[in-house]
Amino acid sequence: MGAEGGPFLVLDELQVRFSDTVTIGPVSLTIERGEILALLGPSGSGKTTLLRMLAGFERPDRGHVRVEGEDVTPVPPARRRVGMVFQHYALFPHLDVGENVAFGLEGREGGKGKGEAVAESLALVDLAGFERRKVQELSGGQQQRVALARALAPAPRVLALDEPLSNLDPSLRERTRRELRQLIKRIGITAVFVTHEQEEAFDLGDRVAVLNAGRLNQIGTPEELYERPANLFVGTFVGRANVLRGAAARALGAADGQVLLVRPEQLRLGAGGAGLSGVVAERRYTGAAAFFQVTLETGERVEVQAAPEAARVGEQVSVAATRTMCFADQGG
Amino acid sequence: MTRGGGRGRAGGWGVVLTLLLAWLVLYPIVLLVVDGMHGDALRTFAARSGEWHALWASVWISLASVVLAAVIGVPLAFLFEWFEFPGRKVLGSLIALPAVLPPFVGVIAFLFLYGESGFAARFLQYLFRFQQAPWHLQGPGAILLVHAYSMYVYFYLFTRAGLARLDAATLEAAQALGASRWRTLTRVTLPLVRPSLAGAALLTFMTSLGSFSAPYVFGGGFRVMTTQIFASKQNGEMSVAMVETVALALVALAGLALLRRTEGDAILAGLGKGTAPRRRALRSPLVRLTTTLAGWGFAVLLLLPHATLILVSLVPYATWTTETLPPVLGLVNYGRLFAEPERLEPLVNSLWMAAASTAAAVALSLAAGWLVVRRRTALRRVIEGLLALPWALPGTVFAVALATAFSVSAPLQLRWVLVGTVMILPLAYFVRNLPVTGRAILAGYRQLDPALEEAAASLGAGPWRTLRRVTLPQLKPALAAGASLAFVGALGDFVTSILLYTYRNRPISMEINAALRVNEMGVAAAFGVVLMVVSAVVLGIGARR
Repeated sequence: MGAEGGPFLVLDELQVRFSDTVTIGPVSLTIERGEILALLGPSGSGKTTLLRMLAGFERPDRGHVRVEGEDVTPVPPARRRVGMVFQHYALFPHLDVGENVAFGLEGREGGKGKGEAVAESLALVDLAGFERRKVQELSGGQQQRVALARALAPAPRVLALDEPLSNLDPSLRERTRRELRQLIKRIGITAVFVTHEQEEAFDLGDRVAVLNAGRLNQIGTPEELYERPANLFVGTFVGRANVLRGAAARALGAADGQVLLVRPEQLRLGAGGAGLSGVVAERRYTGAAAFFQVTLETGERVEVQAAPEAARVGEQVSVAATRTMCFADQGG
Repeated sequence: MTRGGGRGRAGGWGVVLTLLLAWLVLYPIVLLVVDGMHGDALRTFAARSGEWHALWASVWISLASVVLAAVIGVPLAFLFEWFEFPGRKVLGSLIALPAVLPPFVGVIAFLFLYGESGFAARFLQYLFRFQQAPWHLQGPGAILLVHAYSMYVYFYLFTRAGLARLDAATLEAAQALGASRWRTLTRVTLPLVRPSLAGAALLTFMTSLGSFSAPYVFGGGFRVMTTQIFASKQNGEMSVAMVETVALALVALAGLALLRRTEGDAILAGLGKGTAPRRRALRSPLVRLTTTLAGWGFAVLLLLPHATLILVSLVPYATWTTETLPPVLGLVNYGRLFAEPERLEPLVNSLWMAAASTAAAVALSLAAGWLVVRRRTALRRVIEGLLALPWALPGTVFAVALATAFSVSAPLQLRWVLVGTVMILPLAYFVRNLPVTGRAILAGYRQLDPALEEAAASLGAGPWRTLRRVTLPQLKPALAAGASLAFVGALGDFVTSILLYTYRNRPISMEINAALRVNEMGVAAAFGVVLMVVSAVVLGIGARR
């Protein structure tokens, strides 16, 4: 299987047009075997459409999807072998947990028994013995795991997850994220998931593809995206950032016509001296550090991360940058 | 969710379904208008004063039915939705009972109960030693009585549903702003349930406009348009009948258009997400007692026709003449029903025709649901309109239209001779069933999460397995509701049957009619009881969740 040694999953120039104003793509990207890729972007950026084209629910107007070198673009979802976890799980309410998980195993004879395969899948997601439970009786977290077990049971080649954690309580999300990553890594399946939350993308994905307005803006590891964003959108969408233009930007080293991006932890507070001067307008304490809103003399407001006792509200301070990123200003 | 090739294929099916529906639903109406609108018939129609009287009678009877049904149904809905009193639950379910009586069966039950030789008249005669029956159950009053009895249910059910959707906070807000109870009711509550009231008014108006059984049995010399059409057809004046049918159709469409406008924005009801107002217990013992007694009294009144039917069905032929209560009771009539092949046949006919027409309507509605909701075919509005059209026109109109369309052999015009064959009646039932099944199944499809079907596909299920294992089980409540209503409607149908039946497929209602003509009241009632029981059972199954 896949002896060519090329990338495991290839999206090649995928494009779909919904209307005169809304076009997704063309988008190209490759994913290695066993890798977890996050598709990150604001709503309407095309990330879900891309996932649905991968799973076969959306037919691209142009471009191809290749798995292990095989072009699966014309293959209908039923024969594509892409397991899908839906945003609201889409568990069959008229079937119990065991029947839900067994659904993808029907019509496949031979090998081990169906019941055994179901039990195995459920054990994988820590729901051993849940076969006869009704899906409505399960908690949100359990439903999510049933959806995962159901998607994994027929042994798909790729696992696609549409906002897999958005339906969970915030308190549950972080733990579920880690468990989900461990599980996917243990099985070794190649996975693509959609999210609009940067933290989730960073925690769960090996690499992250950032989409905006139907276009792929950047793909890379979390570090690459955070430290070396390809453009202003990626810089501001991934992590907190101050965006400065004009005099304030030039004072921190930007050229004319450039926009300057600086992260709160890359700014320092000092008492007078070099840098931009301003007044602390607000202080938000978070334990290890505090975020200071500083109103600059030029009128802009910047956020600075510093030690909690670095300054007080109303205090005159100077702000200096340890590192900045400059981009050509596209206006706006 | 389809694009490219998928859309092309769905487009093709959309065209096929649209053409099929147009041929079934629209084409007969068009032929009726084209064939019917010629000078002689029009002149004959315009010159007869009887025609205009009948047309006017249809309109005012329908409007009066709406008023009467509202006067009974709306206060009842408020009582049952807002107040708590002993027996509320039981009574609340009894109150929908007129719905299990097919129109014609209800009418003959009224005849046995309130007719001049019915129980009520005999009882009064006995009580006051009258020489003659104290009244004749005939004319507009009798028709309105039957209509009020059977149609207040629409207002009752619709208003209750509307009240249940109200947000208690809206009413509390009105009171907090200083509005009195009366002002809250007139300025807040009633406007909010207006869409429900308008829906019930529309349904009542259309039903009574198309009502045939009551004017047929109780009309006497008083003609409405439906009975007028039937009389013209019986007299062999088919061309006049066609003009009359077009006139009735125009009135129906005008009524539909007018009432639709008063329906207003359905958004009103969907604004809040809160909970309905809590039921208030009636505190004053006197009010409680009166309400409870009135409630039970009303329930008895509602159940009297059912009880009458059962009682009469137990009376053997020619054993009951002048006595107040029948002297002999037995199961003879039922024995004859099931033992005599001549009598069993209509039962079998009705069952197979209702089942076949329902199955066909369900199948077509499923296809429509898939194309309209899932594939979002470009013709979806046309398909929905065609599915609903038979509802907008009285049954008589469709029966005459089908009789017109399928009385000539012209295969090139897609017309065949079906009149006089066994097929025309189930075809008519089928067309009449389409709005009911279509509405239920489309609504069901709309509530179905498309992700479920996608999940099935991603797990390797092809279209058939997805339909069988996921879509159909999910649509079951909608299917059951639509199919049961359609089946009961076809089973008890009188108006379409009387215009289109042949001896070989005569349905139960025709047999009841025949039995009445030869004064075999017991047999007629026994058939009625069978219809009532089957209807109740089927509706019960359909309403189960």
